[in-house]
Amino acid sequence: MFLPKKVLLSTITKQCCLHTNKKEFSAGVAVNSPTKRICIVGAGPAGFYAAQYILKTLSDCVVDVIEKLPVPFGLVRFGVAPDHPEVKNVINTFNKTAEHKNFNFFGNVTLGKDISLQELRERYHAVLLTYGADQDRELNIPNENQPNVLSARKFVAWYNGLPGEQHLNPNLSGRSVAILGQGNVAVDAARMLLSSVDALRKTDTTEYALEALSRSKVEQVYLVGRRGPLQAAFTIKELREMLKLPNVQTIWKPDDFTDVPAHLPNLPRPRKRLTELMLKSLSEQSSSSSSNRAQRRFLPIFLRAPKAIGENEIKLTVTQLQNDTAIPTDKIDHLPAELILRSIGYKSTCVDGGICFDDRGGRVFNENGRVLKDATSKSVDKGLYVAGWLGTGPTGVILTTMNGAFGVAKTLCDDIISNEVDTSSTKAGSEAKQYGRVVTWSHWQRINQAEIKAGERLGKPREKIVDVDEMLKVAGL
Amino acid sequence: MAFAQNLVRCSIKAAVSKNHFSLAKTASNFGAYQLSTQFNSLQPLRTFSIGSQLHQDVNVTFLRANGQKIQAKGKVGDTLLDVVVNNHIDLDGFGACEGTLTCSTCHLIFKVQDFEKLPDKASDEELDMLDLAYELTDTSRLGCQITLTKDMDGLVVSVPATINDARSA
Repeated sequence: MFLPKKVLLSTITKQCCLHTNKKEFSAGVAVNSPTKRICIVGAGPAGFYAAQYILKTLSDCVVDVIEKLPVPFGLVRFGVAPDHPEVKNVINTFNKTAEHKNFNFFGNVTLGKDISLQELRERYHAVLLTYGADQDRELNIPNENQPNVLSARKFVAWYNGLPGEQHLNPNLSGRSVAILGQGNVAVDAARMLLSSVDALRKTDTTEYALEALSRSKVEQVYLVGRRGPLQAAFTIKELREMLKLPNVQTIWKPDDFTDVPAHLPNLPRPRKRLTELMLKSLSEQSSSSSSNRAQRRFLPIFLRAPKAIGENEIKLTVTQLQNDTAIPTDKIDHLPAELILRSIGYKSTCVDGGICFDDRGGRVFNENGRVLKDATSKSVDKGLYVAGWLGTGPTGVILTTMNGAFGVAKTLCDDIISNEVDTSSTKAGSEAKQYGRVVTWSHWQRINQAEIKAGERLGKPREKIVDVDEMLKVAGL
Repeated sequence: MAFAQNLVRCSIKAAVSKNHFSLAKTASNFGAYQLSTQFNSLQPLRTFSIGSQLHQDVNVTFLRANGQKIQAKGKVGDTLLDVVVNNHIDLDGFGACEGTLTCSTCHLIFKVQDFEKLPDKASDEELDMLDLAYELTDTSRLGCQITLTKDMDGLVVSVPATINDARSA
């Protein structure tokens, strides 16, 4: 409960903010009230959902979000497939959060470069790290660094216009692509390779990617998994979409499914429905294989582990399942592949020496979102939090991230309300001018409008600007 | 307030085509505050409603995991997602994809007898999204796919705990 005096004070502060250009000046103004200042590092879904919760829960607080790129929304902009625009509707909710008078966006500000974690912690009562996972796990097999082996993460970033990946130039001149991994990122990459480029022209796929895809000679895409159909990592929505993709035939290996039907009755509903859909597709393929002359083929391959990269092929170890684990056998298999995409997971990087980082796990050591001081003592570093893939590892859909971010935001608010985290001292927060070329929310609006306008000319929702300098120029910085 | 609600409802109707650039609004914690402060004076504009036969009130109760009951009114033809949005019911993250069947945040759980009376069975696409929902039950549906009929007056649906649990209690 708060005293009426305090409520009054916070109301006055809010009104003051309304009458100033809040994006430029609201933070850092010396006000004699203990405004609770929270900094969120990373403007992706975890950051925005946490900001939404904190702004709603804490009275008299300011949430500043710093973001490495000049543009917000993280993987909603750079990860979600361009042909899934509905998923990006979450941006409407993020926009509402951003329009809150006590929210400030500081784009083009990099933790560990433009400001240190220590400095942030001096300027804020609490810091929440949500900068995601921007590296990919490696296979550690021979010849993995050949130019024809790319990470699916980079391929996705390329077609989605992530600054720095626009010159990836994936080799699409061959007939076959092998994607190693079977998660939804792998399926997204496969769908982008197999879709008609005319369908993609209506999406916000970058123009250079459309141009490259229009010259693509790719006819078949393998989706290789170490385990069996009962452990498939893709979700049913992504599979159903693939099965409905025009001019693409999905071809399963019947041998992979020998033992599968017997397990059906004991599966939980989601796994059961996914397995039934695979079996249904398998049964249709045997009856229609001669009549269906699709131009392109989608080929899921189970029970194969990557062994080595060869010339225009990938060498695989045949595996066997033991208690849901893939055990290598001494049998070897080969698949033709002029391009190989590695899609076995993401990991985070440690951007500041002050973060207690799990190098092996590729995430920040934490307990329910409270960052630990060190890995062994389990003692909490008060006032420092982590949410999203940086804390949990790269799993789940936006729903998962949303629930996780709400959960950590609640923990943060609880700690502040219970005085576990001290907010009695005045904190400076951030001012745009301290960082140099900072993209505020109104600057981002200029970039956004320019992108939408450029998209209109091309008949697509937007044409993303991919060069950071160009973004800053358009923003007027 | 009423005017604003009608605006929201109309825009949702306009977005029924699953248009990607839907104007539909998600349940928002800020929406309630902003609308109640800005649009109170517009109360007399209630007559902006369109149609007549569709606009029969349907009472719906949302039961949260913490026991809180939220009573709301919808119209025949609204979806349960519309009801949450139009009544500014404070359920964080509810309806994230705005009724385009690409998330499961509007997951609701029905009583068996109500579930069996629902006019339309769930489509494969709805079941696909429900399969990703927390606390999936045999009587789970997505709120965006349930269109109110006058028979549903008095409906009580449960909001799963893991999305909107006791955290704000």
